[in-house]
Amino acid sequence: MNVEAIKAIYKFEMARTFRTPLQSLISPVISTSLYFVVFGAAIGSRITEIEGVSYGAFILPGLIMLMILTQSVANGSFGIYFPKFLGTIYELLSAPVSSFETVVGYVGAAATKSIILGVLVLATAWFFVPIRIDHPFWMLAFLVLTAITFSLVGFIIGIWAKGMEQLQTVPLLIITPLTFLGGTFYSLSVLPPFWQAVSLFNPVVYLISGFRWAFYGIADVDISISVAATLGFLAICLGIVSWMFRTGYRLKS
Amino acid sequence: MPDAVITIADLSKTYASGFAALKHVSLEIERGEILALLGPNGAGKTTLISIICGIVTPSDGTVTVDGHDIVRDYRDSRKMIGLVPQELTTDAFETVWATVSHSRGLFGKKPNPEHLEKVLRELSLWDKKDSKIMQLSGGMKRRVMIAKALSHEPEVLFLDEPTAGVDVELRKDMWAMIRRLRAAGTTIILTTHYIAEAEEMADRIGIIQHGELVLVEEKAELMRKLGKKQLTLTLQERLDALPEALQPYALELAADGESLVYTYDAQGERSGISGLLADLGSAGVRFRDLRTSESSLEDIFVSLVRDAP
Repeated sequence: MNVEAIKAIYKFEMARTFRTPLQSLISPVISTSLYFVVFGAAIGSRITEIEGVSYGAFILPGLIMLMILTQSVANGSFGIYFPKFLGTIYELLSAPVSSFETVVGYVGAAATKSIILGVLVLATAWFFVPIRIDHPFWMLAFLVLTAITFSLVGFIIGIWAKGMEQLQTVPLLIITPLTFLGGTFYSLSVLPPFWQAVSLFNPVVYLISGFRWAFYGIADVDISISVAATLGFLAICLGIVSWMFRTGYRLKS
Repeated sequence: MPDAVITIADLSKTYASGFAALKHVSLEIERGEILALLGPNGAGKTTLISIICGIVTPSDGTVTVDGHDIVRDYRDSRKMIGLVPQELTTDAFETVWATVSHSRGLFGKKPNPEHLEKVLRELSLWDKKDSKIMQLSGGMKRRVMIAKALSHEPEVLFLDEPTAGVDVELRKDMWAMIRRLRAAGTTIILTTHYIAEAEEMADRIGIIQHGELVLVEEKAELMRKLGKKQLTLTLQERLDALPEALQPYALELAADGESLVYTYDAQGERSGISGLLADLGSAGVRFRDLRTSESSLEDIFVSLVRDAP
């Protein structure tokens, strides 16, 4: 195991994050916080509680998920796309680094950043909405697993993308809509039965439901299904990444 | 039997587009030598280097570095290699120090600030160590790329067109650095367009064309074998035609009739010059000046590449 290489990649990626704290850390926290300031404190007071939880508190887990998902994908994809774009990837390809070590370095750094952001948003939310965390272990587990899984998704997109447009398209056209329609702002039970059934095809539903359960003990789908789904996505992503490395897909000719 | 550090056996590469960039190349690179690979653009030099370094997957054939197969034992083979690619590809926002430290780590080496300082000082980069790479000039960036390749103390160094677009001063510096590395036992493989550079630096020369290794030869041997010597005689009086007595010699009368050019084999035991001069005298041809010239590697290269099918 080339531990020095993992450290080198991880450090390099984290340095990139902290070089631009405004863009990397402050702006995602502020834009996410705006949601619960507006929906929680301002409009939320006029919306009835959902299963005993105030609206502002209800949307918080979904909002954190929204941010974790978009940030993980963005970080995971940029981290590997840029060396490809600049050509500096030659060094990684010619180094005695296995695909596993590469993924641990890049995805580890991207996930770390998302987790830091998640904790920052949670801390900020404490000032605005009444929060309680019924299952802290599961809350952390979902946070970490989701951050890793979607950093992997980003990593895959970063290898796949041939241009900036593809790099931006997936997060904007797929991740954001899925999150908005995945129960961030509502409980699935408010939907007509048909749309409830359709929603179950949305993978993000399972993530948000599980995450919300960790906070308030309320869920749209059974917690065990959420856990299984999260682990399942992780396994799928790992499978795709290992296939990409085995075949040199868009990395090597 | 020379000690081969890199053994390339029957290596071929056909890209997905169907382009055969390398065709059955076999080559042994000896430990501690400087091998220059010459060849026109698109001949396959970079493909060959890229395969050895792990950037391009070979279609067929094997390469071992110090006995380690580049595919099966990629960790052991790659650890030994430093690569300076042709393109100036660097990060923009990193400092010089951060980027060389990163490179060392990627190759699995523990941090060693003393070594990195030595490398940066040798490349006159020490006072730039805290500068962001984007603030550096092109020549400085080239040095940074070399520093990255040397950061992990490689035993084999690949330099792909190291002096392309580099000013005279820096080129001299690089040559000096390459000599120092070689003196320290590093094997160096360089590709170049400047034949003078190969002539100046290399122990052996390989010529690649259309994906095939046309020839590999000791530089001195190559120059001796393929080099021709010419004797040019500037005549006192114009000649309209070669005198009969001089016909057996490989003599050429210049178009203006004012000089004679005699081409002879540099390798031959007898140049035939003394006989020629005696016969010139008896034919009554007198000359006021003579000089000899030797073909350069460039002439040899041009004639090889032109004559190849």
